[in-house]
Amino acid sequence: MIISIPKESLKGENRVAGSPSSVSALIKLGFTVRVQKSAGTKASFTDEEYSKSEAEIVTKKVCWQSDIIFKVNPPTLDEVALMNEGTTLISFIAPAQNPDLLAALQEKSITTLAMEMVPRMTRSQSMDALSSMANIAGYRAVIEASHHFGRFFTGQITAAGKMPPAKIMIIGAGVAGLAAIGTASSLGAIVRAFDTRPEVKEQIESMGAEFLEMNYNEPEESLSKGPGDGYAKEMSKAFIDAEMALFAEQAKDVDIIITTAMIPGKPAPKLITDKMVQSMKAGSVIVDLAAAGGGNCECTVAGKVVNAHDVKVIGYTDLVSRLPNQASQLYSNNLLNLAKLLCKEKDGTLTIDFDDVVIRNMTVVNKDEITFPPPPIQVSASPSSTKKEKVMPAVDVVEAPVSSTKKYAFITAGMALFGWIANVAPADFVTHFTVFVLACVIGYYVVWNVSHSLHTPLMSVTNAISGIIIVGALLQISSENILVQILAALATLVATINIVGGFKVTSRMLKMFSK
Amino acid sequence: MESTQIASNGFISAAYVVAALLFVFSLAGLSKQETAKQGNLYGMIGMGIALMATIFNPAVTSIWLIVLAMIIGAGIGLKLANKVEMTQMPELVAILHSFVGLAAVLVGFNSYFEAGHHVIITASQQTAMNIYLTEIFLGIFIGAVTFTGSIVAFGKLSGSISSSALALPHRHKMNLAAGVVSFVLMIIFVQNGGSNFPLFLMTVIALAFGWHLVASIGGADMPVVVSMLNSYSGWAAAAAGFMLSNDLLIITGALVGSSGAILSYIMCKAMNRSFISVIAGGFGTTVVIDEDKDYGEHREIQVEAVADLLRSAKSVVIAPGYGMAVAQAQYPVYELTQQLISKGIDVRFAIHPVAGRLPGHMNVLLAEAKVPYDIVLGMDEINDDFPNTDVVLVIGANDTVNPAANDDPNSPIAGMPVLEVWHAKEVIVFKRSMNTGYAGVQNPLFFKDNTQMLFGDAKTTTEQIFRAL
Repeated sequence: MIISIPKESLKGENRVAGSPSSVSALIKLGFTVRVQKSAGTKASFTDEEYSKSEAEIVTKKVCWQSDIIFKVNPPTLDEVALMNEGTTLISFIAPAQNPDLLAALQEKSITTLAMEMVPRMTRSQSMDALSSMANIAGYRAVIEASHHFGRFFTGQITAAGKMPPAKIMIIGAGVAGLAAIGTASSLGAIVRAFDTRPEVKEQIESMGAEFLEMNYNEPEESLSKGPGDGYAKEMSKAFIDAEMALFAEQAKDVDIIITTAMIPGKPAPKLITDKMVQSMKAGSVIVDLAAAGGGNCECTVAGKVVNAHDVKVIGYTDLVSRLPNQASQLYSNNLLNLAKLLCKEKDGTLTIDFDDVVIRNMTVVNKDEITFPPPPIQVSASPSSTKKEKVMPAVDVVEAPVSSTKKYAFITAGMALFGWIANVAPADFVTHFTVFVLACVIGYYVVWNVSHSLHTPLMSVTNAISGIIIVGALLQISSENILVQILAALATLVATINIVGGFKVTSRMLKMFSK
Repeated sequence: MESTQIASNGFISAAYVVAALLFVFSLAGLSKQETAKQGNLYGMIGMGIALMATIFNPAVTSIWLIVLAMIIGAGIGLKLANKVEMTQMPELVAILHSFVGLAAVLVGFNSYFEAGHHVIITASQQTAMNIYLTEIFLGIFIGAVTFTGSIVAFGKLSGSISSSALALPHRHKMNLAAGVVSFVLMIIFVQNGGSNFPLFLMTVIALAFGWHLVASIGGADMPVVVSMLNSYSGWAAAAAGFMLSNDLLIITGALVGSSGAILSYIMCKAMNRSFISVIAGGFGTTVVIDEDKDYGEHREIQVEAVADLLRSAKSVVIAPGYGMAVAQAQYPVYELTQQLISKGIDVRFAIHPVAGRLPGHMNVLLAEAKVPYDIVLGMDEINDDFPNTDVVLVIGANDTVNPAANDDPNSPIAGMPVLEVWHAKEVIVFKRSMNTGYAGVQNPLFFKDNTQMLFGDAKTTTEQIFRAL
């Protein structure tokens, strides 16, 4: 089958969906590869390089007449018109925002795989273009910020005076946020980061930033009922209020804010208000990575740098495209890995296997049928339950936690039983039984605290103490019954072995425990 | 019997209360290293007070017989305790449990023989008698199970009985039948107002049951068995307390019983086993050994190379197991530790909760060799540190460092928390041969790229490394 890599038509797009090295790897899989003339020029890939990798350099029209098309941006409707019926298209599609495009693709029976629909699973990481692009965007955001920021990032003490380090706040610790944290802290800035998911705290700290915590806890159940797809979700109003208070306070202090908050399929949340921008120091910089989705800052203008209250608000939507060479390389590797999954036989043909959740999830149009949205899949369970699953695979008998209703039922049954016994039995017995129950409880609390290195001494002491049964034997030894007397004497003897032996060996052991 | 209870005056009761309190303090004291010795002392004083108060009870007469029995008992006890090697602690503890069980059985029979003196007139006296007989029956049952169970445990630990699990056909049904029959016998016994036949028959059944219960448990689960028997011996004492209407016995028995039960529970959790299946017995027998799997090749290392590795290491963790106890290697290990520390190397010990054959077994051995206990860490404390460790010395441990517990859901030890030694840069495993551990499963650790095997007796090889340094 023929794979075509057309030149991107979107204005300002510098990337291309195939690099010379990915092209030769695709050819090894058995495909024929066509690259549109000068498709890679802006990403510093020349036509000669593609030719060397044995790709055919073709005109636009030939390029679109193909079996399979690899692209970066969604095709325009004109481009769809150029395609043959039954072509397979692999590209970013934004299926939720582009119903018209989906309809046009469906009409021409173009099987379409959307690159933003790669589920966040360990297996599919090598195809996750959103992550590989976000990594670049996060890096570039810091570079853009430093370009517009009239100061050093790192603090310096020089003969000419002291310069404080820049303070940067990063909102959202997804891939982009983490990449930004790493870049900013390696430039020497003081980095603080915030995320609605408390479980990313460790990741933030591992990248060298301080995790900003707020004085609000989202109710448990709303956290656990998250979509479980590895992305952030919309939060409750109370949560957002607390969050905004935190941002307002930080805005007064920090020099640079980088926001990366995006919710899949929804407009970006407004996190930095006009008022907060006003409270920032003159010369501060805001980089809004969510500009394409409407922006996290009220002052953001998509695609532009604007000056709002002496603060530069960067709303570039093409940050990834500003590193075109490596962005193209990474994206074409993502596509290559996908091609490997689709072409397991290495015979140059594609198989769309709907039993594979990764492929099912990505396929938005299958022949003449729209298959978007896909059925939900759980890729990352809530943090606590993942841990449990890891620790206890359901192989051995694991005690099921007693549900609270059951627990109360047991307690009630126990009390009823005790009441019945107390009612029937003589008072004497009830007294003893009370003592027994209380002693069990005391034993329970006392022993829980024992450090495990002392388990053996504890056991030998309890052993010695259980020799207390000697008291019973002593009380019986004065019996007139000679048999009882003999048995009691024997019991006394063995119990004494226990007492003396147990205490002696314990003290021997404890003598050895030294600091 | 009742007459002695009436004769016990206020003084004796007070003495019993003090003794009971001292026992509680004793257990509480044993929870920390600093107070442990004091705890033991409290226990001794408590016992002393309890004995004095009982002996000076006016109802107790045959003083000479008591003194004679106690002197003989004390002699044997002291001899046992002084002679025992620390590696043989599990055996000693097990045999001591059997004594408690035996004493409980004897006390139970005595109570039964004395019970004939009661005259029953009223209905409430009838109820009291029924309860009393039930107590006797239960006391003897628990005592007998503890007695034979402990003897079998002792035999297995000392090696005189094969340590592998006995797998009789229908063993769970047999256990169940033993329980049901004993229960029926108890009802007959109480209905008859106490008759010989059901009691003796039950005793025989209970003895067999106790024997079978422990016999069908494999050697690897011995820590749980020992602490379980510890618990049973406590319940036996408590049952005797009910028979004799003696609160001191009840309190002490309950303390020991719940302490043993908690220890077993902790052990079970460390091995990821169900507590219920332990109490029911016959657990740990579903081992399926997958011999066919190809694990690859293991690499061998020589003593000099180990010494070189240690010299260049910054941090070393030693993970000991039962093999160290068997080889008596704790002293050379300590010398090696000293030498490494003097070279400025950070040395720590990683102890798995079920390493050895007794809860805390490794700690006792290391303490015997004078290893300071602040470098001896538990699994939870040290597991996260392995990635930053240069060399891990696994000395005679196997199942407790088996990565299959994490990786292989079909492994019989799947889900058991283990020491994750394979995260360290280098792992040296001291082992006699490539044989499997007690759980009978192959250990993929031995075939990892960063693992090297040092074959031979752990004591000899450790001494050789010490000299090579």
